[in-house]
Amino acid sequence: MMQMIRSGWYRLPGLLRFTLGRLVVGALLCVGVTFISFTLTQVVPGDPVMANLGERAASDPEIVALYRERYGLDQSLPEQYARYLGRLLQGDLGESQQTHRPVATDLATYMSATIELAIVAMILAMAAGVALGITAAVWRNRWPDQAIRVISLAGVSVPTFWLALVCLYVFFFKLNLSPGVGRLGPGTPAPPTLTGLYTFDALLSGQWGLFREALSYIALPALVLATYTTGIVTRFTRVAMLDSLGNDYVRAARAKGLPARTVILRHALRPALAAIVTVSGMAFGRMLAGAVLVESVYSWPGLGLYAYRSALTLDLQAIMGVSLIIAVIYILVNLGVDILYAVIDPRIRY
Amino acid sequence: MANVTTNTHRVGRKRRSEWMQPLGLIGATILIAFALIAIVAPLVAPYDPLAQEARRLMPPSADHWFGTDQLGRDVFSRVIHGARLSLPYALQLVVMAGILGTVLGAIAGFFGGWVDGVIMRAADLVLAFPDIILAMAVVAALGPGLFNAVLAVVIVSWPIYARVARSMILTLRQEPFVLSRRLLGASSIRTLWSEIRPNITGPLVVLVALEYGHAVLILSGLSFLGLGAQPPAAEWGAMVSEGAKYFDKWWMSVFPGLAILMVVMAANFLGDTLRDVIDPRSKRHLS
Repeated sequence: MMQMIRSGWYRLPGLLRFTLGRLVVGALLCVGVTFISFTLTQVVPGDPVMANLGERAASDPEIVALYRERYGLDQSLPEQYARYLGRLLQGDLGESQQTHRPVATDLATYMSATIELAIVAMILAMAAGVALGITAAVWRNRWPDQAIRVISLAGVSVPTFWLALVCLYVFFFKLNLSPGVGRLGPGTPAPPTLTGLYTFDALLSGQWGLFREALSYIALPALVLATYTTGIVTRFTRVAMLDSLGNDYVRAARAKGLPARTVILRHALRPALAAIVTVSGMAFGRMLAGAVLVESVYSWPGLGLYAYRSALTLDLQAIMGVSLIIAVIYILVNLGVDILYAVIDPRIRY
Repeated sequence: MANVTTNTHRVGRKRRSEWMQPLGLIGATILIAFALIAIVAPLVAPYDPLAQEARRLMPPSADHWFGTDQLGRDVFSRVIHGARLSLPYALQLVVMAGILGTVLGAIAGFFGGWVDGVIMRAADLVLAFPDIILAMAVVAALGPGLFNAVLAVVIVSWPIYARVARSMILTLRQEPFVLSRRLLGASSIRTLWSEIRPNITGPLVVLVALEYGHAVLILSGLSFLGLGAQPPAAEWGAMVSEGAKYFDKWWMSVFPGLAILMVVMAANFLGDTLRDVIDPRSKRHLS
């Protein structure tokens, strides 16, 4: 039996085998993640009963007992964990003590906002970072390169929460270019939910005005969130481009008299792309981390804001759910990046 | 990660010109200046950082260079005193994480087998979380506070050091001078300490320098979220957070934020330069 599985396994196409292998590793990681977040919530010295019931209700033993029973706090730890895993398999992440709704429902509502923010920020960061990186590599060691180095270092050094505030002050309060915080203006109904991404949904339902409004709201937080990633992408693009600009075939293309544009964008950029894609996967994790800070400043109703609120109120189920979902997203993105890497660079075989 | 290497020998030119030495010097100068300010803070700060003496919410003036906050405290004095929190706590953080990570990575790399498996899978697990999210969960578990924030970030940041230490030790333990030492009967711990440790110190110091800026950022970020330093502490992240509540009084958050930016940039300038001066080959591990 094992023999059959093994020989069958090796007969699978390389990329499929690689993908399946990574999926298994990813699934194991996810189980580990539930274990970590569960363990963490058990060392809480702060009593969730006190944090959520308030002093008066917490002094009544009957209410406390009911509360403990309702959230399963009266059982032993392995029992609680086993129960949690069992329910997890049914897609049940428990109930948030803060919102009194199922955590899974909460996450579904909050997740799309973060995904939309991350996608827009990633597009901005990739576009700016690759452009800056190419420029720096082409003008190596001359002033544009030096200037770009300082810019990219500043990008990875600036405190995200502070930049978010400063931008809000300048663009909203002073210049009135930004409409302010949130996803849409107060009173504006959200577009019909198809993907949960407001800009995209507005486009799909053909509401141009709504699309522009959603875009004007997302622009500032996305820009702030993109800053750090832009710095990273710039630096890696520069290094990767320097590497590929030194290749003989690039020199040959130049010698043939091809225009500089073609040489740089066609011949040199392609092999550099693989490295850039890998970095973007890693940078995505940082982006999810930055989202916590950006979302808390811009009242952006995403996972970051949810994580922050549940951390402050010691909302166990919610913390477990949100860290699980964020780790899963991160693991999946990196899996996707690895596969994309193989597709972009035909030299890589698994 | 391992695929991103620079073939500098191919692109020619000396590395010294490549990485802009002056930046490293500027970084070092700024960091030393901040360290000095932290040491002599009570002497140079014009006011007591906690004294609520001045008029509240005053914009910058000759008396109060950075203005005053919602309790009538001098923002300039508070920013100066903030250096006494952010700098040493971030140092404590990178040193603790560096030691913990290096020891675990060294054990994993040197002994291999199931020990290696357990430690490195644990590292993978921690790395599966974006750092601040896990740190938030840990602080929530331990209770808010600057020292707990440091502990939390140590728990989420040791894997970087462990990976670097492990990968260096994997190569080192096959080196003739290490093998001969072992053949002569030296114990594992002795070999690790006297033969391997001196060879991995340089790159790890560079890594600590590179991570320092990030440590300042994440600690002030946690304080901004209310999970690190608690009021009335004059901590930069917490000050930005207080300033955010008085949105139109820009000076309350702009100046402490600028202090964070300067320290982190200086650390990154320095770390970058050190990386190339001390250990040009390890770019692969460190980037």
